[in-house]
Amino acid sequence: MHLILFIIFAGLCLAGAINLLLQTHPINSALSLIVVMTSLAVLYLLLGAEFLAAAQIIVYAGAIMVLFTFVVMLLNAGREERTMGSRAAWTIGFPAVTAILAVIATVILHAQGLGVARLGDGITSTEELSSVLFTKLLLPFEVTSVLILIAILGAVALARHSEVNEDSHGDAERTGK
Amino acid sequence: MTILQFILWSVLKVAVVTVVMLLGIAYTVLLERKLVGRIQNRWGPTRVGPFGLLQPLVDGAKSFLKEDIIPAGVYRPLYLLAPIIALGCALISIAVVPFGATVSVWGSPPLFQIADVNVGLLVILGVTSIGVYGIALAGWSSNNKYSLLGALRSSAQLVSYELALGLSLVGVVLRAGTLNLRSIVEQQGTNGILSWNLFGGFQFVAFFIYLMAAFAETNRSPFDLPEAESELTGGYHTEYSSMKFAMFFMAEYGNMINVGCVATLLFLGGWTNPFGNVFGTSHNILVQALMPLFWFVIKVFSFLCLYVWVRGTLPRFRYDQLMNFGWRWLMPLAILNIVATSLWLAYR
Repeated sequence: MHLILFIIFAGLCLAGAINLLLQTHPINSALSLIVVMTSLAVLYLLLGAEFLAAAQIIVYAGAIMVLFTFVVMLLNAGREERTMGSRAAWTIGFPAVTAILAVIATVILHAQGLGVARLGDGITSTEELSSVLFTKLLLPFEVTSVLILIAILGAVALARHSEVNEDSHGDAERTGK
Repeated sequence: MTILQFILWSVLKVAVVTVVMLLGIAYTVLLERKLVGRIQNRWGPTRVGPFGLLQPLVDGAKSFLKEDIIPAGVYRPLYLLAPIIALGCALISIAVVPFGATVSVWGSPPLFQIADVNVGLLVILGVTSIGVYGIALAGWSSNNKYSLLGALRSSAQLVSYELALGLSLVGVVLRAGTLNLRSIVEQQGTNGILSWNLFGGFQFVAFFIYLMAAFAETNRSPFDLPEAESELTGGYHTEYSSMKFAMFFMAEYGNMINVGCVATLLFLGGWTNPFGNVFGTSHNILVQALMPLFWFVIKVFSFLCLYVWVRGTLPRFRYDQLMNFGWRWLMPLAILNIVATSLWLAYR
């Protein structure tokens, strides 16, 4: 049962990823990326990580990709022209990608203390996950949140900066305060 | 229980719940028309059937029989997909909602819930967040300025208020210590109305935030800017006709019911008796099985009436007011609520 579901959703994931590259219209690519994200969520679920699966759908498929489609809609980007790419990309690109993937795979497979997850593993409860996250992995967790906070502050600062400039030029159409 | 039995029971439950949900959607429309009518001092629909009770069926038949127009400039695949996403997401989230105590007959799985998921609350939030695509894609693929503006407004509003909505639920989850909807309800069932999260749990601030965010999430007035007819003709569904328009319409009402279900489960004690054990418990097995269903429906119904009441009473916000309210009031308030709840739980 788990294997059948795995094959279906891994296939869907790969198909989405390939479709993402082949489509010429940005909105189709964005939608294929949503398919990839959602199938990844199912794969997480098959490995017993239900919280991760739900978070994947809410955060990636629900929030981040909405912003992607939003930008595509706002920019109203048209179709891209299809070219076959330069010869250098064809000759060096594929071996380079293979080499990088091989290196990453070996490093991950040989890394110590990562733990193993198998298809059909029992479901890890959210309680267990959070107790690990907030005791053993507290420092990395907090560092990540500070990093995200900095990114938010940066975005706000950039947005405010342009607004101040607009005000100093005396934008007559601004209403309100 | 074999896997075949499980599949058969699941198909049966899904079929029954879907039919009930669709009927519920149809009659919510009638409820709204009737109530808004009374608020505006008129009768509402009265002609079809006794008290106009057959009006939803006639409306449904009408939208089936109308000509289905697809404008020339639309991006066809997404134009056709958008209403399906919208309605699909509106109907899916009911799958994790428990609407009665654990009852089973002839060795069946629990009857009053389709799937008992450990992270049920997150599933509902996830499905809601996918539902945004229905609206966004409808507006974009219609190739119409008004549709696009409506879709942009709508997605911006949904993304902004989803944050406040999610944060307002954290207080309840902190108190319950679980994301499983059934356990959250069962913890509120001990002393009737006094142990509801809304009163006994002191989560009324969270309930207020949830209420505001839920109105915005379902594009209902006073937050119905995505379909502000005086500015945008129809908003994201301007170019849709016939059954495709009806699907968006049904999705909106389906989402209202979902939001009502979540409010009932998280704040109003779900299917539990609001009087607690004041009147004692019945020993009749049928009453024991059906009373929870009755209370659940009553609570959701009251929530829907509140929705319609607000719609009949309040005027629409301006767009900048909407964004200010969401980001500068609701979100900080929700975060304060989380901090206060955590401090209280830590102190206790």
